[in-house]
Amino acid sequence: MTALFIITIILMFITGFYCLIFSRNLIRLLIALEVLTKGVTLLLIYAGFANGDMATAQSFVITLIVIEVVIMVAAAGIVIGVFRHTGSLDVRNIRNLKG
Amino acid sequence: MDLSNIYSNPILLLVILASLLGFGVMAVLIKNLLKAAIALAATSAMLAVVMFFLGAPIAAVFELSVCAGLITVIFISAISLIKPKSPEEIKSETKGKINKFIFLPILLAITGAILWIFLGIDLTTVSTNAPQAFDFAALKNVIWDTRQLDIVGQIIIILTGVVGVVVLFKGSKSK
Repeated sequence: MTALFIITIILMFITGFYCLIFSRNLIRLLIALEVLTKGVTLLLIYAGFANGDMATAQSFVITLIVIEVVIMVAAAGIVIGVFRHTGSLDVRNIRNLKG
Repeated sequence: MDLSNIYSNPILLLVILASLLGFGVMAVLIKNLLKAAIALAATSAMLAVVMFFLGAPIAAVFELSVCAGLITVIFISAISLIKPKSPEEIKSETKGKINKFIFLPILLAITGAILWIFLGIDLTTVSTNAPQAFDFAALKNVIWDTRQLDIVGQIIIILTGVVGVVVLFKGSKSK
């Protein structure tokens, strides 16, 4: 049954990376990042399960979740700032760096 | 049906993992951002179910409360603070262009089928690998003794998050 987990993790990575590459909406990029993080979380938990060391895997997942939340809060703040500045959520509008 | 050991039921495992992946793909494909955020919350909830079945209840509770709860709230508040495009605007912008996201389900189906054949999955065999009993003392030992320094780092990161929340909601008050 390891194969089922491997397939799910790989397909979640593909989904996240595909959206990161092709989407131009900032909120959707955050959602893609979240989907990628879900894949990493599943990978960590399954690694702990396969090795029989679930305590270490759980502690790392808790750390990952804490960092994930902080990243999302900071990124949401940045997205709202970009929207107020440019009036849109398109990443192409923030290509020009002006001092 | 024995629900305590997911490994004794490969079909149930397949259904849970497929719904986890399905909600993840939905979160990416749905055009409405609010519905995408809700699909993401459903992904987190399904991941929490998987974690619980694999013998990680504390991580599952964190996933369910923080990822399915708090992050969804952050997304919904961020979406409510911005003005999403109307369906007419989206339609006029995407008119004549090929939607690149049509290829994602095809890519996933092809990759999944190749991996399924390559890894040789047989759903009739039942694995004897069962999750261990949850050992809270071991988790406590890892968090508070082995990874003491990491806890300090996490506290600093949480404080950074608090500053982020202040920044996020300061602007909306002034408007």
